[in-house]
Amino acid sequence: MAYLLILFPLAMTAVMFAVPSNRWRPWLLPVGGAVHLGLVMQAIFPAGDAPPVSGLDGWLLLDPLGKVVLGFISVLFFLCALYAPTYLALRSDRSNRVLCGNLFASLAMMTLVTLSQHLGLLWVAMEATTLVSAPGIYFNHNARSLEATWKYLLICSVGIALALLGSFFLAYSSLKAGLPQNESTLLFTQLIQNAPNLSRPWLHAAFVLLFVGYGTKMGLAPMHTWKPDAYGEAPGMVGALLAGGVTNCAFLSILRVYQICRAGSEAEFAREVMIFTGLFSMAFAAVFMVRQRDFKRMLAYSSVEHMGILVLGIGIGGMAIYGALLHLINNGLTKGVMFLSSGNIHRAFGSKYTDDVRGAMQRLPVSGALFLIGFLAITGAPPFGPFVSEFTIVSTAIGSGQYLAAGLFLLFLTIVFIGMGATVLTVVQGQAPEQTTPNGFHDTFGTCAPILIFMALVLLMGLYIPPPLESLLREAAALLEAKP
Amino acid sequence: MAEFVDPLLFVEPLLILVLAINFVALGASRIRTVINAVAFQGVLLGVFPFLIHSEIGLRGVVLMAITMALKGYGIPWYLLRAMRTAEIQHEDKPVISYMASLLLGAVGTGLAMEFSSTLPLHEDHSHMLLVPASLATVWTGFLMLTTRHKAIMQVLGYLMLENGIFLFGLLLLEDLPLLVELGVLLDLFTGVFVMVIIIHHLNREFSSMSTEHLSALKE
Repeated sequence: MAYLLILFPLAMTAVMFAVPSNRWRPWLLPVGGAVHLGLVMQAIFPAGDAPPVSGLDGWLLLDPLGKVVLGFISVLFFLCALYAPTYLALRSDRSNRVLCGNLFASLAMMTLVTLSQHLGLLWVAMEATTLVSAPGIYFNHNARSLEATWKYLLICSVGIALALLGSFFLAYSSLKAGLPQNESTLLFTQLIQNAPNLSRPWLHAAFVLLFVGYGTKMGLAPMHTWKPDAYGEAPGMVGALLAGGVTNCAFLSILRVYQICRAGSEAEFAREVMIFTGLFSMAFAAVFMVRQRDFKRMLAYSSVEHMGILVLGIGIGGMAIYGALLHLINNGLTKGVMFLSSGNIHRAFGSKYTDDVRGAMQRLPVSGALFLIGFLAITGAPPFGPFVSEFTIVSTAIGSGQYLAAGLFLLFLTIVFIGMGATVLTVVQGQAPEQTTPNGFHDTFGTCAPILIFMALVLLMGLYIPPPLESLLREAAALLEAKP
Repeated sequence: MAEFVDPLLFVEPLLILVLAINFVALGASRIRTVINAVAFQGVLLGVFPFLIHSEIGLRGVVLMAITMALKGYGIPWYLLRAMRTAEIQHEDKPVISYMASLLLGAVGTGLAMEFSSTLPLHEDHSHMLLVPASLATVWTGFLMLTTRHKAIMQVLGYLMLENGIFLFGLLLLEDLPLLVELGVLLDLFTGVFVMVIIIHHLNREFSSMSTEHLSALKE
């Protein structure tokens, strides 16, 4: 099963490269996405008491944390894949072979990340996600997307290289930590079991390097500089997959390292780092979102902000961990709404600057409205999902006496709301300008239905969390709970 | 069989050679020189395991052969080819002067020595310069990445950074599974491959390989 989850998307990559028709190839995306989703659901909720999904002598194992991330990524991929055929039909001027192939390759690598129980394997898979997602950013083949791809590749590769050094440090800390033959290990379960014996200075240095490394990939400030460029230039669909998929994989990698720190009584330090970085990311994003003219870059800063919220939640601890894991899903789903609807608006106006784009509601009633509602959801307005998760985090912070963190959290959320609101309202309201000649793009079933499904899920998550998901999130949060 | 010379005796001089290569790369403006320096460093890295570990077995030999072939020959060949197609020979104007680069390199190397003395090494490793050399090489890679405009020089910086990390990995060579080591090498190779493809596009788009043109995206 574990192998099938990874090999199926890989096989689909090969199929995509083999299919000659540029027109029919994208239709295989939702087909493959649906099959993967089916497999994942079977793996997460096995019938009866089947053994947990595992493979490679324990190197691959689907634990509750992995289940949360893998399940979410598979849903996200499927919905983005539903959007792809109509979108790529509009882009019939260029070949989508590399893009479609690499989408499946990155799905395979993201699946591998969620299953990895060996930090070396985890690293290989993380770096691979960087490499296979680069062609997606370069899809438009112009000077700007070239610049974005270069920065993305270089910054993420260097960041991830630091994570490799961190992984080596971690392995070194396990030398003579009580393992047989005094060898070192990167096997997750062994590291957790022997965590109290790990060499403290090495563990400390390893955490810093791994946090900076995977934090770069996650897009935490101040290592986020690739993000506005990449999200700004990539097609909306790729942006949604990066913001909801790849970054969450990086977050999962950080959580794995945190689990080791927690078992090795290094948790206090790790939590302080996470609270600080989380708030710093939020502050940074808030500053750059005010008066942002480019609405796709605005989404990138929103992603920086929400990645900050994720690590902040883990840092605060207690129920906030549950809140952060819930927010991982809520943010990803809402980002799906925002990126896909902004992609439609971009298409219809031929620009992503508020100078040219006005009256989106008029020209694209559905996409414009979804963009506006998505904005309300992502900034934490009830009754949508992100409200619930953000509320959980902030109430835990207040309940546990972390008033400063809670106060700053609310302050930054307010600034973001105002800053983002100004840009979003400029885009959706008013009279659509005459001079930007409409290129015939209008809302169709294919470009709107996937966004509507995303939106419905965001609303559902705000009103009612299905019990199986709820218990899964609780199991996952229990793995990260600070030890008494 | 009696050992005439302890192979560990060679480790220290070779590590100093690795450090010296860092400075050659930092001070050179000819791209070919830097490619050769990084390639030589790659080959040296392949030699270390034979000196440090008495028994490395078939697994180690295979791994080292691949490392040397890739770092010493494959990647440099590919970069030289990219350099020729782009008709670029020199880094014209680095962000900081070569003198300043060298100076920063020296300071970084000193700090690497200082920092690694704070990390407790196991007695088998405590005499070695391996950790400071590794950190100093990582630092050099960083300097190259941030202070050079030519895209190919930045790729070379990335390679040096990876070389530095590889040096540290030598301490763990016996315990790291082959699958992971090969995965790391595969990622490195694919990374360089993709970067060079982007460089080709860069060259076509701007008729130049300089990242100075990449300045459209900012706040």
